Amino acid sequence: MNDHDDGDQGRRGFLKCMGWAGTGALWTLSGGVASSVSLGQALAAGDPVKGFSFLQISDSHVGFAKPANPDARATYREAVAKIIAMPVKPDFIIHTGDISQLSRDNEFDDADQIIKETGLTVFHIPGEHDMLDDGAGKAYLDRYGKGSKGAGWYSFDHKGVHFVALINVANLKAGGMGSLGADQLTWLEADLRGRSASTPIVVFAHIPLWTVYADWGWGTDDAARALDYLKRFGSVTVLNGHIHQITQKVEGHIRFHTARSTAFPQPVGGQAPSPGPLKVPTEQLHAMLGITTATLVRGTEPIALVDATLAS
Amino acid sequence: MTLMTARSLQALACALVLGGAAVAASLLIETPAAAQPGAGPIVKIDNFTFGPATLTVPVGATVTWVNQDDIPHQVVANDHGFKSRVMDTDDRFSFTFAKPGEYGYFCSLHPHMVGKVIVRDR
Repeated sequence: MNDHDDGDQGRRGFLKCMGWAGTGALWTLSGGVASSVSLGQALAAGDPVKGFSFLQISDSHVGFAKPANPDARATYREAVAKIIAMPVKPDFIIHTGDISQLSRDNEFDDADQIIKETGLTVFHIPGEHDMLDDGAGKAYLDRYGKGSKGAGWYSFDHKGVHFVALINVANLKAGGMGSLGADQLTWLEADLRGRSASTPIVVFAHIPLWTVYADWGWGTDDAARALDYLKRFGSVTVLNGHIHQITQKVEGHIRFHTARSTAFPQPVGGQAPSPGPLKVPTEQLHAMLGITTATLVRGTEPIALVDATLAS
Repeated sequence: MTLMTARSLQALACALVLGGAAVAASLLIETPAAAQPGAGPIVKIDNFTFGPATLTVPVGATVTWVNQDDIPHQVVANDHGFKSRVMDTDDRFSFTFAKPGEYGYFCSLHPHMVGKVIVRDR
């Protein structure tokens, strides 16, 4: 998949990565309890064997140009510059959707040009903003859907970890939230069947797979079935976007995390008249945008998720 | 699509019978320029809600949705009998209701946003 050198991704690489995180909070999520730990505690926690890191980037909304961000392309470029400057090269990037603002060809083109600068493989899933062409997602699939099934779902393995890309923004129903649909759930059950419970699983989907705030549709109606298939695994990490802010939750062995946007922040659920963009002063914008680094340390349970802002 | 076409034709026939060229012209036209100011009832999309959430109109009325949010929305009938293109800020979508009935609709991007048009016989 890439020219990544395993040997460089030992404890030293892990620590460099932590160092890069700057002002980002470090969360270790293990044993069903999420806890914020200091960097010192993190250094003392065991002796990491070989591992790797990957990045989550989300909600770039290329084409958005309204308060508080007059140019979402520019902030996306800033996120990419941060990635390029990372001392330890991540193995790949996962983009958790809303690549574009309006599914326009020029928005997808520009998004692709910008992220290409990282030189890294990018795995995509669509957000609802990427389903707005007349074909209701055909433009996305033509561009990013090669090898995927249905509305764009797929899975792959990387260094012993099983990654599953789920689509919960297709064929949404009146009054509902995100939806996976029966076909995708059937596929997921088959995809996971026969895999060892000790295989670390990373699931990514645009809309949160747990209900963050139902009144704003921040959840997935049929996520319970998906989580049922996942609960027998010892380590499941669920990465979502959509709500443009960090939230997290742990349920059994399943850890949920939402990432910041690179375009604009949104209010905390219920703490504004609507989920529309949070119109923050320009000088505050960059501290509310960001990316997430996931570091997997072989031989230990936790996947460390580190969120860094564009201001750090 | 078949259903939409049939409805469109019915609406068009109705508009022609009424001699309402303006009504016919606004049929299924979605650009702001094509909307007829004051020609029919308006549903405002504001703060991720349709206002009014329930609108009652006489048969043959042309309803226009206006997106006043800074996030795009897309109006879709529950039975997909009508569907706007994506509506960015200030974009409009009009649909002429040719038959009495209750027409539930929602936003395909944010399906928790729902509304209803009740169409009564004159």
